[in-house]
Amino acid sequence: MSDLEYDPHRYAGELDAREDHAPGDEPEESAGHWVLNANLGLGFSVILTVAAFWAASRAEHAIWGPAVPVALIVLAIAQMGVHLVFFLHVTTGPDNTNNVLALAFGVLVVFLVVIGSVWIMGNMQANMMPAGAMQMAPP
Amino acid sequence: MTPSDAAVELPASTEALRRVREDPHRLGHRAHGVAGLVQGAGHGTTGPAAKRIIVGYGFWIFLLSDIVMFSCFFAAFAVQRNAIAGGPTLQQIVDVPRVALETGALLLSSYTCGLSFAATNARNLLWTQVFLLVTGLLGLAFVLMEAQEFYGLAMRGITPQRSGMLSAFFGLVGLHGLHVSLGGVWLATMVAQVQVKGFRREIIHRLICFNLFWHALDIVWIGIFTIVYLWGSIG
Repeated sequence: MSDLEYDPHRYAGELDAREDHAPGDEPEESAGHWVLNANLGLGFSVILTVAAFWAASRAEHAIWGPAVPVALIVLAIAQMGVHLVFFLHVTTGPDNTNNVLALAFGVLVVFLVVIGSVWIMGNMQANMMPAGAMQMAPP
Repeated sequence: MTPSDAAVELPASTEALRRVREDPHRLGHRAHGVAGLVQGAGHGTTGPAAKRIIVGYGFWIFLLSDIVMFSCFFAAFAVQRNAIAGGPTLQQIVDVPRVALETGALLLSSYTCGLSFAATNARNLLWTQVFLLVTGLLGLAFVLMEAQEFYGLAMRGITPQRSGMLSAFFGLVGLHGLHVSLGGVWLATMVAQVQVKGFRREIIHRLICFNLFWHALDIVWIGIFTIVYLWGSIG
């Protein structure tokens, strides 16, 4: 653990782009920068949320039925990206490498768990013996 | 190697050294700062990183592990979404207008949470508290709407023990609701701490962590309203 009891450059009022930054945090910027980010994040999120509810309502069947789940998932991933960038301030800058790598590992585990479970359980379901055949199966 | 080769190579390698020095990961997305080493930046030669960075990064790791836990509940739900055991289907229990209201409340609370941190950075006590309170009220509205939904379902005899799908549904949505409730308790604690202790360093570190937590909850909710509710509503 760090024994630095101060936050270097925090109150100095000088922008140092080489310093590491925690997610949700950024080098000193004016409050207007944060408000702008929040406004942009809210704007994009509202658009994507409304689009998702519209796609699910299947108004006038504008979207081909089987494609609706795909559209919903694409919109959800887009909105998660908007939240990461505008609310959590995760960027691709050199000061953010650690945060992005940790995030990438988290996303990898999430996909392994979810897709692996669906895949394996779907496979078992497909190979399951019909209920009636259970009694006839050899011991 | 002839002298003329060296004369050609030297400027190029000097240029490469300069690039690596100024932009070690060659991402080039941010303006370069000073080329020298910065104290407290965690670059090894200049000592450990500042507490602000360590606290935020550590909490980020915790949040990612929390999201991995949610992914297990998502996987359980995805596997069991058709295991209704003769009970109600997902389509029969989803109330889209209520989900739209819940989504709006949580999204707006995420927004006001971001605004409160903007006010914190400007060291403005009043607006920090105002936006934290608005965040808490919106979170409370979300939790109450969800509690009302669960109560209504229970009154119709739709409880977790009815089917595998309902167990996974109540587990996943309930876990998120529990997170929001506990986040609300944390938020109330932060309001009190900011009021009593002011913008001390460790208080600001806690506000950073709270912001991360609240935004992460909204990210999880995006997954829930998409995969559970909207996908469920189309059958």
